[in-house]
Amino acid sequence: MIAELGLAMLWMAAALAVLQLAAGVLALRPATAQLAGVVRPVAMLQGVLVAFAFAALVWLFLSTDLSVKLVASNSHSAKPFIFKLAGTWGNHEGSMLMWVTIMSLAGGFVALIEKRLKEETLIATLAGQAFVSLGFYAFLLLASNPFERLPEPAPEGLGLNPLLQDVGLAFHPPTLYVGYVGLSIAFSFAIGALITRDVGPAFARAMRPWVLGAWIFLTLGITAGSYWAYYTLGWGGWWFWDPVENASLMPWLAATALLHSCSVLAARNALRTWTVMLGVIAFSMSMVGTFLVRSGILTSVHAFAVDPTRGSFILGLLAIYIGGALLLFALRASTVTEGARFAVLSRESALVFNNVMLCGILGIVLIGTLYPLLTEAMGVKVSVGPPYFNPVSAVFAIPMMLVMAVGPVLRWREDTGGRITWQVAIPALVTAAALLVVELLFAPINLLPALGLAIAPGLAVASVQPLVGRNLRRTPLPIYGMVIGHLGIAVALFGMANEGAFSTERLAAMNPGDSQQVGPFKVTLQDIGPIAGPNWTALEATVSASYAGGTATVLRPQARTFANPPGNRTESALLTRWNGQLYAVLGEEGEDGRWQMRFWWKPFVPMIWYGGMLVALGGLLALLGRVARDVKRLVAIDKIAWRRERQGR
Amino acid sequence: MSTVIKAKHQRLVLIVFALVALIGAGLLAAYALKNQAAYFYLPSELAAKPPEAGRAVRLGGMVEKGSIRTRPDGVTIDFVVKDDKARVPVRFSGITPDLFVEGSGVVAEGRMEGTTFVADNLLAKHDEKYVPREMKDMSSAEAKAVIAETK
Repeated sequence: MIAELGLAMLWMAAALAVLQLAAGVLALRPATAQLAGVVRPVAMLQGVLVAFAFAALVWLFLSTDLSVKLVASNSHSAKPFIFKLAGTWGNHEGSMLMWVTIMSLAGGFVALIEKRLKEETLIATLAGQAFVSLGFYAFLLLASNPFERLPEPAPEGLGLNPLLQDVGLAFHPPTLYVGYVGLSIAFSFAIGALITRDVGPAFARAMRPWVLGAWIFLTLGITAGSYWAYYTLGWGGWWFWDPVENASLMPWLAATALLHSCSVLAARNALRTWTVMLGVIAFSMSMVGTFLVRSGILTSVHAFAVDPTRGSFILGLLAIYIGGALLLFALRASTVTEGARFAVLSRESALVFNNVMLCGILGIVLIGTLYPLLTEAMGVKVSVGPPYFNPVSAVFAIPMMLVMAVGPVLRWREDTGGRITWQVAIPALVTAAALLVVELLFAPINLLPALGLAIAPGLAVASVQPLVGRNLRRTPLPIYGMVIGHLGIAVALFGMANEGAFSTERLAAMNPGDSQQVGPFKVTLQDIGPIAGPNWTALEATVSASYAGGTATVLRPQARTFANPPGNRTESALLTRWNGQLYAVLGEEGEDGRWQMRFWWKPFVPMIWYGGMLVALGGLLALLGRVARDVKRLVAIDKIAWRRERQGR
Repeated sequence: MSTVIKAKHQRLVLIVFALVALIGAGLLAAYALKNQAAYFYLPSELAAKPPEAGRAVRLGGMVEKGSIRTRPDGVTIDFVVKDDKARVPVRFSGITPDLFVEGSGVVAEGRMEGTTFVADNLLAKHDEKYVPREMKDMSSAEAKAVIAETK
């Protein structure tokens, strides 16, 4: 009953999306302009209906209703509660329903609160949003129905892939989806603005919170995904340039560029067509990401079902959205009047430069990710990894970080070099000094980590400079957001460079009682024994580790075995200090009874993720600052309207 | 130092700059891919036309029955990856994946050193839902040989 109800609500929501699109398009014609009133309520109702459909699916998973195919093939009655819940979106159909839910709720929310834009532009935006969601409704209802029943209820569920049975899973997909969907809203705004030729600061201000929100969630999603890969795979790496990772990085790069060009448009009314173009690119990248991850073209833990029709469906959607948007862009871009001008030495120029550098990195990642797929279509199998991505993206990333250090202290429109001599000289000196220290004390170090170690402190100093000379209490929140966001990049860079330059690895076969030296740590294998969890059994090693002869701490790496479905997973153990992490993995027992153990000492590696969190925090502060101002403005407008009304009487 | 770009030209300058940068990125990517992409080899291909020493490649095939030997350090193994035409000796130091067993498929990432393939990383068939991309068609192409071999 619940399943049928959920499916019915999904169909109704799809019908409402058709209505929203049709009414929106008709409302833009003068003859049928009275239809405009329909669009907002329909968008809200659609959001509510889909939310109920999603709630129905969650209910089915929590109660482990085994007559539903999706539940039977992805859940198990003996799973812990959190994984029953996360199992709702730990599969193809459920995750697509979650995508549509977030998208429709966001659309409804825009309809509810957006008052700054011209009504016409907003209607066009909502029509665009309905167009985008319709594709996903069709995909869900025609090719991946989550509510499908089995002819006969299954006796027991098949369970969830052990690699996915992790708390991280409960948060990772929703986080990324909110990011992707936020970009779809930005895309709809861009379409709306293009249709009504209304590309200006008001459009940028309406779009900015969505871009910021999407960007915050993408940042968190990437940071969390990186940490998840780091500690569950047991390979000690934090970024593998895996196509699935790239699928989340590419929208982030585009969103970062969009965020900054949005700021220029909102503050200075410049970069109009560029911002619209980036809006299209950012959403295209989230579609490309979805295609790569969900189509089954890549085999990974993310490709839940290898079903060619689904891949073609998403590819079709991709072609329609991107092709349509680019066509619209080509037709309308020339009619968007040029924005305000700026000098070569100005904050706008710095932002444009970094926008282009971000797009360069984006292009490099995109080419590197698609290249193996293209060659495979021609029968040649290749893989592209760090030897390509690291140096080639650094060609663009390094100039970008240098300009990033200078940009925030430049004035809008036009600046003179003499004014900012010191603001440039101080970070430059810090970087030069750091480079000298690195080369004198730690050489030989590879070029990229050495540059990272040099640039990170300079960038950190440069990123707090916009606060110098300001009254800290009266500084607006978005300025703090910028400072903390840029500082986060410097912190993450410092972590990455340290990891690249100074990691030490120790691989050994050990008997209980044996010791090994790993960087500054002395590790001793004490014991190995069996242990049982709620739905797994494991071998657990007890390892004591003492830092530079200090007191010992115990680590317990495990090798887990799951029963439903059968599978294995290594559970690494981490010891975190302020200056780095000790990483321990338990391997197999050799023929001679010794145990394979693998250890890494990774100095300052947690800074990679602390940096990521700082970047997200910066985004959050900026978002709060902007939203608080918008709310104040709305309240003031309401008050004036109310006063006028009273005086009128 | 007034350098406000002339009214008509600003958009053009920006477009040209962006295009130059993007084309540069594309060319750089193409050049780097030519040198850095790791090609996939079957044992017979590797034997017939070995890649230059030190170049990163991937080798995929079946782990020969009875070929896995552990060295005295307990963490380095030697084994043979084969297809129906050729055998390639492989050396690997590290913790092997759970489903790395004799007679099953493996993809090794690494490089040739002399006549030995030195692997940095091994990808084995993890479970039904996670198979290295190269191994999908390999299993069908070589199923017969493997069955004959592992009886």
